Amino acid sequence: MNDLFNSFMSGPDEQGRFGIFGGRFVSETLMPLILSLEEEYDRAKDDPSFWAEMEDLWTHYVGRPSPLYYAERLTQHLGGAKVYLKRDELNHTGAHKINNVLGQIILARRMGKTRIIAETGAGQHGVATATVCAKFGLKCVVYMGAHDVERQAPNVFRMRLLGAEVIPVTSGRGTLKDAMNDALRDWVTNVRDTFYCIGTVAGPHPYPAMVRDFQSIIGKEAKEQMMAAEGRLPDTIIAAIGGGSNAMGLFHPFLDDKEVRIIGVEAGGKGVNEKMEHCASLTGGRPGVLHGNRTYLLQDDDGQILEGYSISAGLDYPGIGPEHSWLHEVGRAEYVAITDAEALEAFQLCCATEGIIPALEPCHALAHVMKIVPDLPADHIICMNMCGRGDKDVQTVAKHLGFDMSDTEGRRAG
Amino acid sequence: MTRIDAKFAALKAEGKKAFVAYVMAGDPDFDRSLELVRGLPGAGVDVIELGLPFTDPMADGPTIQLAGQRALETGMTLDRTLELARLFRQGDDETPIVMMGYYNPIYSRGVDRFLEQAKAAGIDGLIIVDLPPEEDDELCLPAQKAGLNFIRLATPTTDDKRLPKVLQNTSGFVYYVSITGITGAAEAEATDVGPEVARIKAATDLPVIVGFGINTPEKSRTIASVADGAVVGSAIVGRIGSGAPVAEVLDFVKSLADAAHSA
Repeated sequence: MNDLFNSFMSGPDEQGRFGIFGGRFVSETLMPLILSLEEEYDRAKDDPSFWAEMEDLWTHYVGRPSPLYYAERLTQHLGGAKVYLKRDELNHTGAHKINNVLGQIILARRMGKTRIIAETGAGQHGVATATVCAKFGLKCVVYMGAHDVERQAPNVFRMRLLGAEVIPVTSGRGTLKDAMNDALRDWVTNVRDTFYCIGTVAGPHPYPAMVRDFQSIIGKEAKEQMMAAEGRLPDTIIAAIGGGSNAMGLFHPFLDDKEVRIIGVEAGGKGVNEKMEHCASLTGGRPGVLHGNRTYLLQDDDGQILEGYSISAGLDYPGIGPEHSWLHEVGRAEYVAITDAEALEAFQLCCATEGIIPALEPCHALAHVMKIVPDLPADHIICMNMCGRGDKDVQTVAKHLGFDMSDTEGRRAG
Repeated sequence: MTRIDAKFAALKAEGKKAFVAYVMAGDPDFDRSLELVRGLPGAGVDVIELGLPFTDPMADGPTIQLAGQRALETGMTLDRTLELARLFRQGDDETPIVMMGYYNPIYSRGVDRFLEQAKAAGIDGLIIVDLPPEEDDELCLPAQKAGLNFIRLATPTTDDKRLPKVLQNTSGFVYYVSITGITGAAEAEATDVGPEVARIKAATDLPVIVGFGINTPEKSRTIASVADGAVVGSAIVGRIGSGAPVAEVLDFVKSLADAAHSA
């Protein structure tokens, strides 16, 4: 049988489905917009000039390729498999988010749209969107949960410096999912001039596939760089998951390399239990329909959506990209959960052994690396996506570790 | 023939426009919501749109979002919403009830089981905002098969090329969304709506009812005059939200219904 028929890389289908997941669950007002976006993306995808423009910006504006770095001291410390970090935290704006934003903004320009809207949780996607809008002189409006505006003040200021209008969202409970609701409400109101730049591999088709394609640069580079460094593919690849865009970007080019083990790490918050104090949609949720796609969601017995909880605002979303739901069900990728406490431990270890201050999001992946590495042989190679840097999280971490940042003597408070 | 088909046939025979009222099930609480729904036919409401509360109503403005939150906070569920319809139906076997909401609570219940329960509760039709024609296999086709109307929204962005697709599996009536936007936001203008309704009517024999952006008796009359009827939601729900007694809300509904019927 031809191997093409067994490919894990051929999705989504024409209905935008990965198995039963994905789709186009939006109101009629948005439907024509989504169809025209799909058409435009299909054209761009096959247009060498589109990718040439992306390449140019990735190289000279973002600083790609990001290095693949052998974390030697971390490896020695853990005493098992060899750990490589894909350094997407070194990108301009400090995370993988800009890989995708560039693609969508170039598309928006091709479509003649002049106003860009985005949702943001921790503020990383908002900052990336505001950045690229500033570069191209486009109007930018960012929806951000009022609760997140408070806990991510530096990123709010960054977005405003970059010329974006930041709208604190008070509807619902004022978190990332409410910001996404309000962005959709804006889009349905301003259909003619506005482009909705979604920050993750979720939303109605074609967003999950399109964002994945833009983020796949991570996995493509990692594959080449690993071949150059080790002369073979890694044994395990691993990434943190909120909506799942950095993970999808790393995973996708490896999906048909069946010898490569793929692990996605969800935010376990205070523990995946019935109190739902976590954001582990696959580990603790079930399939449902929200924000334009069918996927695993945190929800109650009546189909009402629950608020997730995580120390990391960037993982604080009750859903997950539909392609992850499918990879989970077909068993091509494994999904595990890591708690806040484990992520904090990984944060400190990474600082101390590698001189890298990681964002709290990839600390979840790193915490799982710490768990599995000691039991693996020295010739086992792990590639983990270090998808963001931790400058934005320093205050949060200080608070959780009981440090008083105003205490210049460095004494431990509390 | 569903209660919806029968109602519109009767209105047509009388040469009257329809008045459709939207209320959120369980807002501000179950008992007052039931009292309000029971009072709607007497206030002149031809079709009741019963909102199914959902945590993430993406097509709704703040007024209806808050109504859903109020209802959920008092413990409203899909079962209680069906129960409310069932209790209403005990005293009224004629006024059609259209359940309006989002797909997830229904998907979570299971489509077949939901349709059976909705039918048994006396629900006549469904408006599910996040199910466009592209997703007809999910609920639209099974609902029609079960004898429920599936009412589709047509919008200002539904162009002539797309309109046949939107109308194809629609039954009961067509709900024309007068504005690009969310409920309770901008105002509908009869001068914009008239030609659009005519465009849709040229493509279907179904009645075309207009909603979104209708908030006063005057607006109810002018919009009904260029369509087969008008829907008011946020303006009614807003009064419930500000604590108005049921009788006062029903007086307001009557003023809207009378205006639409005078068109």
